[in-house]
Amino acid sequence: MSELLKVTIDGRSIEVPPGTTILQAARQLGGKYPPAMCYYSSLENTGGKCRVCLVKVAQASEANPRPMPKLVASCITRVENGMVVENETNQEVINARNGVVEFLLINHPLDCPVCDQAGECDLQNLSFDHGKENTRYEEGRREFDKIDIGPYVQLHMTRCILCYRCVYAAEQLTNQRVHGVLNRGDVSEISTYIKNAIDNDFSGNIIDVCPVGALTDKTYRFKQRVWFSKPFDAHRECSHCCGKTVLWLKGDNIIRVTARKNEFGEVEEFICNSCRFEKRDISDWIVEGPRKVDQESVIASNKYELPVISPAVNVDAKFVSE
Amino acid sequence: MSKKLLLEHVDKEGIQYIDTYIKFGGYASVTKALKSLSPDQVVEEVKTSGLRGRGGAGFPTGMKWSFLDKKSDKPKYLVCNADESEPGTFKDRYLMEKIPHLLIEGMIVSSFALNANTSYIYVRGEMMYVIKILERAIAEAYSKGYLGKNIMGSGYDLNLYVQPGGGAYICGEETALLESLEGKRGNPRNKPPFPAVWGLYGCPTVVNNVETIAAVPWIVNQGGAAYAAIGVGKSTGTKLISACGNINNPGVYEIELGLPVEEFIYSDNYCGGITNSRELKAVVPGGSSVPILPKDLILKTAAGDSRLMSYESLAEGGFVSGSMLGSGGFIVFDDQACIVRNLWNFTRFYHHESCGQCSPCREGTGWMEKVLHRIEYGHGKMTDIDLLVDVAKNIEGKTICPLGDAAAWPVASAIRHFRSEFEDHVRNPDSCLAKHLHGDFALAH
Ligand SMILES: Cc1cc2nc3c(=O)[nH]c(=O)nc-3n(C[C@H](O)[C@H](O)[C@H](O)COP(=O)(O)O)c2cc1C
Ligand code: SF4
Ligand code: SF4
Ligand code: FES
Repeated sequence: MSELLKVTIDGRSIEVPPGTTILQAARQLGGKYPPAMCYYSSLENTGGKCRVCLVKVAQASEANPRPMPKLVASCITRVENGMVVENETNQEVINARNGVVEFLLINHPLDCPVCDQAGECDLQNLSFDHGKENTRYEEGRREFDKIDIGPYVQLHMTRCILCYRCVYAAEQLTNQRVHGVLNRGDVSEISTYIKNAIDNDFSGNIIDVCPVGALTDKTYRFKQRVWFSKPFDAHRECSHCCGKTVLWLKGDNIIRVTARKNEFGEVEEFICNSCRFEKRDISDWIVEGPRKVDQESVIASNKYELPVISPAVNVDAKFVSE
Repeated sequence: MSKKLLLEHVDKEGIQYIDTYIKFGGYASVTKALKSLSPDQVVEEVKTSGLRGRGGAGFPTGMKWSFLDKKSDKPKYLVCNADESEPGTFKDRYLMEKIPHLLIEGMIVSSFALNANTSYIYVRGEMMYVIKILERAIAEAYSKGYLGKNIMGSGYDLNLYVQPGGGAYICGEETALLESLEGKRGNPRNKPPFPAVWGLYGCPTVVNNVETIAAVPWIVNQGGAAYAAIGVGKSTGTKLISACGNINNPGVYEIELGLPVEEFIYSDNYCGGITNSRELKAVVPGGSSVPILPKDLILKTAAGDSRLMSYESLAEGGFVSGSMLGSGGFIVFDDQACIVRNLWNFTRFYHHESCGQCSPCREGTGWMEKVLHRIEYGHGKMTDIDLLVDVAKNIEGKTICPLGDAAAWPVASAIRHFRSEFEDHVRNPDSCLAKHLHGDFALAH
């Protein structure tokens, strides 16, 4: 067992094994850890692209107490023993993050009112913390038609922030990746080759990893705002995947099935399309119980988990006070 | 008179053919290195020479070579970066076209030093004529026994390939180049790990510029100390400078590092002064990505010393009053040049060439281009100028690869040194120098 490395982030210290990144250490430490739009812990080689997780390394290590000259991407930078990191406490970091959010919002419309990702969108949360109320960008923005990529997924390219997560997911979860990034720079787009279909057992996972509403579930679109639906942890025997899912209910109907996300909003065990799209009967599942939802999440806003205190209402007694 | 180490024989009739090349002393360094030196001794000579990479960043070549992970049991690779994409830079293609065997000789000796048995020259795909010249020269080298198995009976084997690139500027960035060489999209990799540890196909790799590799035969023949004696301070040896813009003699020059900038611009041996005897306005000394300097600061440093063609002297003053030697793409503007228009043109290039992987560069380069376009075409606002400075600041130092910086520095420096010109464009769009010179048609878009 190699020695643990001590890293201090915003004045608080933690010891972590070698190979741990600053972001992972910060997540373990809890509190305000750097945001991440492109890094995804259960997908290899992700990270380094979106640049929202930039932090200041005020001391590179005990052996090398000098600061790192530039801000570094915390999701791909490994800790050294004695490293001192500034995240929320450094104005340069905050400014850089505000800058990145401003860049991301250039070509991402804030169409949250009509977007299926509303309430589950990392960019929405990020804009809340780091966005401005008005834009300095006056030029033309990107426009795309929506495209159906396969039987289950619809792509809203206008909302894509090119985090590449779906590309890594497809590469790592399926035996043949059929979609990727076309073109360069700000005209790059996620697409299939000549508008081909994405049709494989694990294609639904690209919907889950998308941090914004660019890849949407065609079986769920416009069925319900996420905070009005009720999530339940459930599982079933599946020969393709772990079979562990979240069922999203409207009344007694399953309107969506997703993989389970951890506290950082990342899927740890991916699920197959059969579990996700075909098992829509409650009898297909062993329901474990209501899903625990972070109090801060908008999904918690229907508070169905609280004991229901329903005062007896006399519907006829409309004008009681009179 | 400046020494010529690379281009000494460039004008000799038939120098592109191996027999002529050998007649003028070519391939002597291969014989010397493979028969009488160990790979480590070649690395030592290169270290002693003080040679710095000629691709732009100026990193010491010997040191870069010594970082190569020797302990790894994987194959080692040498990759020559002949992408040459920086606007204003056209020295590598000149060298490869005129004297291709010099690069091949350098590749053999350098590969030997790095224990590489397979090496690549990655050439920008558009330069098909250069690719053909190199392929023919490589075939000649094989037929003479300088490439292939058991070179000159030394027991050392080397295969050398030319790979046409995809024709994207970003493929000149060394890790994007490696991705492209592997047959993938030319996206820069996150670093670390650096290529010395994780390069081509995950193996230890050195990526060097054409001119860097072409300097190695001379160093091996004459010794690193002799090379270090040329030049000034830590800027040793000679440098190819491709000069263009409003000068009388545009072209590729081999200069001894340390030549005064003023002499380079005005001497008939080099640029020959400004066209039509006009006034010098500004220079971009190291390829379009480096900061632009106005006349006062390109001829003299802020401290009043003569500015020299060297890594240190051009950088003196940092980004406030200095610039960089970069790739040696020396772009000269006379007093009729419109800075806004030229900056827009540079920015247009970076916008077009951004790979799009990271948000600040992908979105920021386009934003800057559009704002500059508006200012140049008479639709600018005063607040746009500070907006540009701010956007550039939000890109600089925040991206995966230095293309972000390359896009931000020209904007930041042009506004720092020529702010009034941007203000004039906003106040009175008709004041644009380019418009007066070329008429309205030049502004049609
Ligand atoms: C966007 C970008 C484009 C580049 N293009 C080139 C190029 O065309 N040729 C080149 O030699 N180096 C280029 N470089 C620098 C290379 O990444 C690398 O530093 C160089 O090839 C190393 O060689 P050297 O050590 O011999 O200078 C570029 C860098 C960036 C960031
Ligand atoms: S579609 Fe979604 S997951 Fe894919 S790159 Fe765009 S934002 Fe990322
Ligand atoms: S800085 Fe620009 S070119 Fe470099 S990786 Fe980022 S988007 Fe690509
Ligand atoms: S999460 Fe680190 S760069 Fe995107």
